[in-house]
Amino acid sequence: MTQMQKTVLAAEAPLLQVRDLTKRYGARIGCADVSFDLWPGEVLGIVGESGSGKSTLLSCLAGHLAPDEGQVIFATASGPKDTVQMDEPERRRLSRTDWAFVHQNPRDGLRMGVTAGGNVGERLMAVGARHYGAIRDTATDWLGRVEIDASRIDDRPSAFSGGMQQRLQIARNLVTGPRLVFMDEPTGGLDVSVQARLLDLLRGLVREMGLSAIIVTHDLAVVRLLADRLMVMKSGRVVEQGLTDQVLDDPQHAYTQLLVSSVLQV
Amino acid sequence: MIQIDGLSKSFTLHNQGGAVIPVMAGASLTVRPGECVALVGASGAGKSTLMRMIWGNYLAASGSIRVGGLDVVTASPREILRLRRETLGYVSQFLRVVPRVPTVDVVAEPLLNLGVPAEAARARATHLLAQLNIPQRLWSLSPTTFSGGEQQRVNIARGFAHRYPALLLDEPTASLDPANREVVLALVEDAKAGGAAIIGIFHDAAARERLCERSVDVSAFTPGLAA
Amino acid sequence: MTGQAYNFAYLDEQTKRMIRRAILKGVAVPGYQVPFASREMPMPYGWGTGGVQVTAACLTPEDRLKVIDQGADDTTNAVSIRSFFRRTAGVAVTEATAEATLIQTRHRIPEHPLTEEQILVHQVPIPEPLRFLEPREPETRKMHSLEEYGLMHVKLYEDIARHGAIATSYDYPVKVEDRYVMDPSPIPKFDNPKLSDCPALQLFGAGREQRIYALPPYTRVVSLDFDDYPFDPSKADHDCDLCGAGDSYLDEVITDDAGSRMFVCSDTDFCRSRRAAGHFGRLGTPVGDAA
Repeated sequence: MTQMQKTVLAAEAPLLQVRDLTKRYGARIGCADVSFDLWPGEVLGIVGESGSGKSTLLSCLAGHLAPDEGQVIFATASGPKDTVQMDEPERRRLSRTDWAFVHQNPRDGLRMGVTAGGNVGERLMAVGARHYGAIRDTATDWLGRVEIDASRIDDRPSAFSGGMQQRLQIARNLVTGPRLVFMDEPTGGLDVSVQARLLDLLRGLVREMGLSAIIVTHDLAVVRLLADRLMVMKSGRVVEQGLTDQVLDDPQHAYTQLLVSSVLQV
Repeated sequence: MIQIDGLSKSFTLHNQGGAVIPVMAGASLTVRPGECVALVGASGAGKSTLMRMIWGNYLAASGSIRVGGLDVVTASPREILRLRRETLGYVSQFLRVVPRVPTVDVVAEPLLNLGVPAEAARARATHLLAQLNIPQRLWSLSPTTFSGGEQQRVNIARGFAHRYPALLLDEPTASLDPANREVVLALVEDAKAGGAAIIGIFHDAAARERLCERSVDVSAFTPGLAA
Repeated sequence: MTGQAYNFAYLDEQTKRMIRRAILKGVAVPGYQVPFASREMPMPYGWGTGGVQVTAACLTPEDRLKVIDQGADDTTNAVSIRSFFRRTAGVAVTEATAEATLIQTRHRIPEHPLTEEQILVHQVPIPEPLRFLEPREPETRKMHSLEEYGLMHVKLYEDIARHGAIATSYDYPVKVEDRYVMDPSPIPKFDNPKLSDCPALQLFGAGREQRIYALPPYTRVVSLDFDDYPFDPSKADHDCDLCGAGDSYLDEVITDDAGSRMFVCSDTDFCRSRRAAGHFGRLGTPVGDAA
């Protein structure tokens, strides 16, 4: 059985339960009353245009911003816990082990002055890996999985192309086998052919590792390929959610219909 | 296996002044294991719409669609995803794939998603591709550059990789030459013999005659037409 | 002699109390960097102001002070600091390690074993071991408080990846009592083992960065390494050319334009006492120093 099947079939409870998540900026709404469940092995896409609140929502979910109201209950190893209420050391530990965050700009998610091998090995060393050879082997393996040539292991990311940097960021995040990955516009800023390669890679990794992922993007083609479920946001609120193909092919809400009909066909 | 009762649907076009277009009312249909039912009716009468609703791609306004016991109309996304993985297959008219993925992996994907080991999944994929006369030299290439007929056959191979208990086929023999058409018909008969409940749309009358015990005219469910 | 205008050891009593409080905190939490209100001293930053402030706070009139700079009593830094304390504190001074009660050192630990009666004061330039990989102070503070030291091993990993071995030869990071990662000041890694289980009290002062930290006597200090690249307190593979010692840290001295060189003990007191006891190396002469 793959990891995916194991995780999905064994799941009796959602991996993440979000209830009434709200973040305000004074009188303005960042995001409001967002609720959903995420199960193991599911990929949830969050789409919306600029100002829709999707990035605010992602930051609140990932613990980068403190929400004003609501709960983000994660199924930790010791039972479901509201991460909003967690103290900082625990949350930081969570984001180094069970969680991962892939930034839109890989420079925000990498140490540019450290070699590729060091970048991938850091999370391992942070949880106690102390054998150089083993760390290097794991790093080499992961570079291969994200299709970076093993000979680049001692190069710094500043010498990589944008697509390579993004793949390195993914390797760095996934090396400790997190269960939940947050991605903020993972293909933004990349050439189209590079995007395709990255999407393919992400799909494969999600399936192999039984990952759950929450992906924020404005690109509907990306969600169609990557996400099982979709949430559409406008002005800080979720206006529609459901199966990705259903929301895109049979949109119910006016805004979703507008969004879908605005996409240029190639 | 597939049981549809009192199904209705309309489209509300918010960006065209809120125009409401009813497309289906009172649709009912039952398909038993081993049966093949054809959907017939004029173009635009709602054949593909009904198929998409069974698949969960289109929402229903009322009624129920039971596939293997699960009511698709009220099921959660998670349940529908599971249904699509294990129970219900769909061969559409279009092949939509992630660029760059080799054909053999496109076909093997449903099996990989079920946890079948990669080697066995690919073996089944190559077996089907060979049956459908896709040359071996194409197996490692992405199907995005193939001809319409080749893409259709890859689509079919993917649809038959896993032995689904329920199957939706939308024009499976379109764009195919007689030899390949014959292969596809044999695949469908084989699935029937294995107990699959099948709903198909066939413009090819001969294929319809051969495979399907009965036909259902969807114009009967189209509001305004029946009146 | 004692400056008529100066308080004992230059600093006023309140400042000394403030520094002592910081020292006590440091002793209570070995390896933890205690912020302190570093004063303007009559020497520029980078010339040992942190060490001088710690020494000034600890000195009593009965103390016997030794000051060394890279192991030598007779270099500029050592001479001027010793002179500073002679003027402002009037304490006795010595070059013999065994006779000192307080030793202020720049970047070396004396070869002669220390005792429970002694205090060793280190001069520290950059107290934060994580600084070069993480420039943000709030972030490094969090890393220490949450014991997030993965980054320290990344530095060692990078060394091995680039040089085939851990290239850090001084300022080698250590873990204190299995809790805090500490910068032992730019002592050569050869001296790291002396940090651990030392009978003397070791204090560390960084004047410009305004931090004090401490290793109480008999503290466990472990140099960081990898299982397959263990810590190696290496030194030059020579004996001292003056006294013949094979186990002391050596300076390499170029003696002419043709590149000839000699290796001599960096610890001048150690070398001289060995020669006084009759040990000689390749170039050693009985009394007095060689060129």
